[in-house]
Amino acid sequence: MSFLDQDERLIDLSEKIDLVYSPIVDIKNFPEAVDVTLIEGAVGTDEQLNLLREAREHSRIIVSLGDCAVTGNATALRNTVGENNSDLVLKRSYVDNATIQPQIPKQVPRLLKQAYALHEIVKVDFYIPGCPPNADLINYMIMELVSGRIPNIDSKFKYG
Amino acid sequence: MSQKTVRLVIDGKEVHAAEDETILKVALENEIDIPTMCYLEGLSGLGGCRLCLVEAKGMSKLFPACTTPVSNGMEITTNSERLLKHRKKVIELLLSERTHICSVCVANGSCELQEMATRFGVDHVPVVRRWTGFELDMSHERFVIDRNRCILCTRCIRVCDEIEGVHTLDLKMRGKDAQVIMDLDEPWASSYSCTSCSKCSAVCPVGAIYIKGKSLAETKNRALPEFVFERRKR
Amino acid sequence: MKPDELSVIAERESELRKSFTNRINICCSSGCANLGALKVLKAFEDAVKDLGFEKKCKVARTGCLGTCYVGPAVLIEPGDYIYMGVTPEAARQIVNEHIVNGRPVKNFLYASEEYFHKQNRLVMKKAGNIDPLRIEDYIAFGGYSALLKVLTSMTPTEVIANVATSGLRGRGGAGFPTGLKWSLVANAIGTPKYVVANLDEGDPGVFANRTLAEADPNTIIEGITIGAYAVGAELGYIYIRGEYPLGVQTLRKTLDNARSMGFLGKNIFGTPFNFDLELRLGAGAFVAGEETAILASIEGHRATPHPRPPYPANAGLWGKPTLINNVETFGNIPMIILNGGSWFSKIGKEGCTGTKCFSLTGKVKNPGLIEVPMGITLREVVFNIGNGMLEDGKFKAVLAGGPSGGCLPESLLDLSVDYDSLTKAGAIMGSGGIVVIDDKSCMVDTAKFFITFCMEESCGKCTPCRIGLVKVHGILEKITRGEGTLEDLVLLEDMSNFIREGSLCGLGQTAPNPVLTTLRYFRDEYISHIVSKKCPAEKCFREQEKEATET
Repeated sequence: MSFLDQDERLIDLSEKIDLVYSPIVDIKNFPEAVDVTLIEGAVGTDEQLNLLREAREHSRIIVSLGDCAVTGNATALRNTVGENNSDLVLKRSYVDNATIQPQIPKQVPRLLKQAYALHEIVKVDFYIPGCPPNADLINYMIMELVSGRIPNIDSKFKYG
Repeated sequence: MSQKTVRLVIDGKEVHAAEDETILKVALENEIDIPTMCYLEGLSGLGGCRLCLVEAKGMSKLFPACTTPVSNGMEITTNSERLLKHRKKVIELLLSERTHICSVCVANGSCELQEMATRFGVDHVPVVRRWTGFELDMSHERFVIDRNRCILCTRCIRVCDEIEGVHTLDLKMRGKDAQVIMDLDEPWASSYSCTSCSKCSAVCPVGAIYIKGKSLAETKNRALPEFVFERRKR
Repeated sequence: MKPDELSVIAERESELRKSFTNRINICCSSGCANLGALKVLKAFEDAVKDLGFEKKCKVARTGCLGTCYVGPAVLIEPGDYIYMGVTPEAARQIVNEHIVNGRPVKNFLYASEEYFHKQNRLVMKKAGNIDPLRIEDYIAFGGYSALLKVLTSMTPTEVIANVATSGLRGRGGAGFPTGLKWSLVANAIGTPKYVVANLDEGDPGVFANRTLAEADPNTIIEGITIGAYAVGAELGYIYIRGEYPLGVQTLRKTLDNARSMGFLGKNIFGTPFNFDLELRLGAGAFVAGEETAILASIEGHRATPHPRPPYPANAGLWGKPTLINNVETFGNIPMIILNGGSWFSKIGKEGCTGTKCFSLTGKVKNPGLIEVPMGITLREVVFNIGNGMLEDGKFKAVLAGGPSGGCLPESLLDLSVDYDSLTKAGAIMGSGGIVVIDDKSCMVDTAKFFITFCMEESCGKCTPCRIGLVKVHGILEKITRGEGTLEDLVLLEDMSNFIREGSLCGLGQTAPNPVLTTLRYFRDEYISHIVSKKCPAEKCFREQEKEATET
């Protein structure tokens, strides 16, 4: 959503980049040789972990987008219950707090022992903190990267 | 008592000061900004957060500006590369020490730790973080203490002791396990000494002690420290 | 007490001492006491009594002889025969053979001459010869005559000048010149002034101060009183660890004795000088050994350090000028006064005079409490006094300076033991702990052990020490689990340097020393853990292997 907050600047942007992969682009596998990948969200399940590793392998630059990716944010609240808490977390969300049909689903990806920020798993090149991240900052970051400059977000961002 | 005046240089600027003043005070008087966290005007100096460390020419040691008295001929640097690196690290460590999640915190937007993180370019925390799950003490009818957000600056303890004069708050344990407690580690509601003056919540730089049901932006009384200081001078 | 009474007591006591043909000294310091020295003492007393030799042979409980590894240790005069590992049964045999027939019992006789050869016992000189609880024993050896000399014939300025000439430096570890410190306190503005003696020896494996307090408490008290006279204080405190019950007991009794004899109190030796000493017990924090933390603790606060400046010399206890020294520093004072500062300045090394007590522990054949002249080499300490490695192990490193000291490798064995050389090599004098490490120990694991200690003991006041040490510990843990990367080494060094530069007190500033020195001298071990996942000493990864075989 924050990405879309760039509003009319998206038109400029679309001329400069090819969008090759996103949750709303209908391809199964992560494409090869990507220049820049913006990743949002924390790493909480083994599926996300694999996707992140794949993204890292095929991308030249990875940008952590938003507080969930940078710090874990609300996703990481479950870490405060202790490590290896997936049973507890699942029970709490699908049984204790369920209003209809309380049961732990079997089809969802396996939870990791903790929720992680991206850079705790793979090397991350740039960060866009903020909850929600600032659209100006997102735009600045992408524009700098596509023009081959190293972005410096000091004094442009707000932590958390 | 006659006070001696000393002459010193801060960031290349020659300044004069009374002998018993701290480097921080002299710097502030001369509009030189030194970042602080555990320091609060009107309270005794702690020198604990290490954000206000400055360099003195000819000394390899770094000195906390908030507690170090000035002396004649001192040459102070407040913003060298090395100091900026140190300050950034201090903030990173504080953010990694306990559970700090801005988006769910009452202090979001008026938090001094957040402000400093922004100021020193901490766009992520590169060290391993510790996730604490200390239980909240919500027993008091007005206040809440969330020790997961505490950075152990002890401003609350000092304001309770030095200004309110009741010393309800203090620390238990040491090092990484240290925690702010009420009386002899009792639930806040059963503390006999607490006068419910709310000074602790007013001075908390983060969202560890706050007033129930309100965001810090609404309740944070920035004028209180000044009031405190004025009263002390009398 | 009047001035001339002292010499009367001294004369009477040495006459009494001479009236015995033999004197059996049984070390009853903590180490030997734990090995059953009190039973041995009883056995000796009984044996002498059974023979009716009470008038000829004196059985005395004394302090440490230094040979802690062969306790209970017994010293028989004349001839200074040392018996080791004495049992109650052996006691009777020794009395029958040695005392009655004059034939030393060979199988209990202490053999290692070399242990004492390189030592120079000055502070601990009287330790094994006097009963710590009998103040008269101390007087017989010239005790309190230094105090008498100071009070009756020297001005405070002369005392300080004498101490300054001696070149004595603080034995607490930092090595600040004692004479300078005393003159700072003496010239500081404000009254009353206080004296504090630091006996909070919190380092694991270090027991030098404890032994001094248990063996010769009067030396400490005399030294402190002289210090008080020099700086103009009327009240002093000895801050001792609560974990030293025997030391507390000994000091408490000695203080009472000294008070009743008039060495403490009003108008000491009939002069206008008043001084009293109180005992304060620590509650079990390593950081309480830091000077400003001690002051906070004595005032009744949490034992947390305070940033310096202002220094205790100007604003110490309750904001008043305070002289704070280690007890070993005070223990040096009486002999400096009696023999003169220039006599003392010839002992040891230039710029670092005198002797230093070390607790020699670890994988050496002869561990114990040693006192060596400054400037001795580490090699002499380990291989001459320590008599080499235990169980024929291979020497790997020596940790000098306690948990926040540095691990020095074999190539630095010829390093001179003094404040400046040790600091330059990355170690510290610290509280005087020397731990010898053999090739069965992993240096990464060793560093982790000491970081864990410092992390647990951090008071939590300043950010770098409180949180930084947790991070350093985490990285070491990761490396010893076999999950480390070469990048971690950079992080480790970075964080260690940050803690060293940014911490508030000496504990934090020196805490990363074991990591920094092992990174400097034993980097190959780190790399082996990271790259080939092998621990050269086969210490780490064991649990993982166990898990692997189990599943």
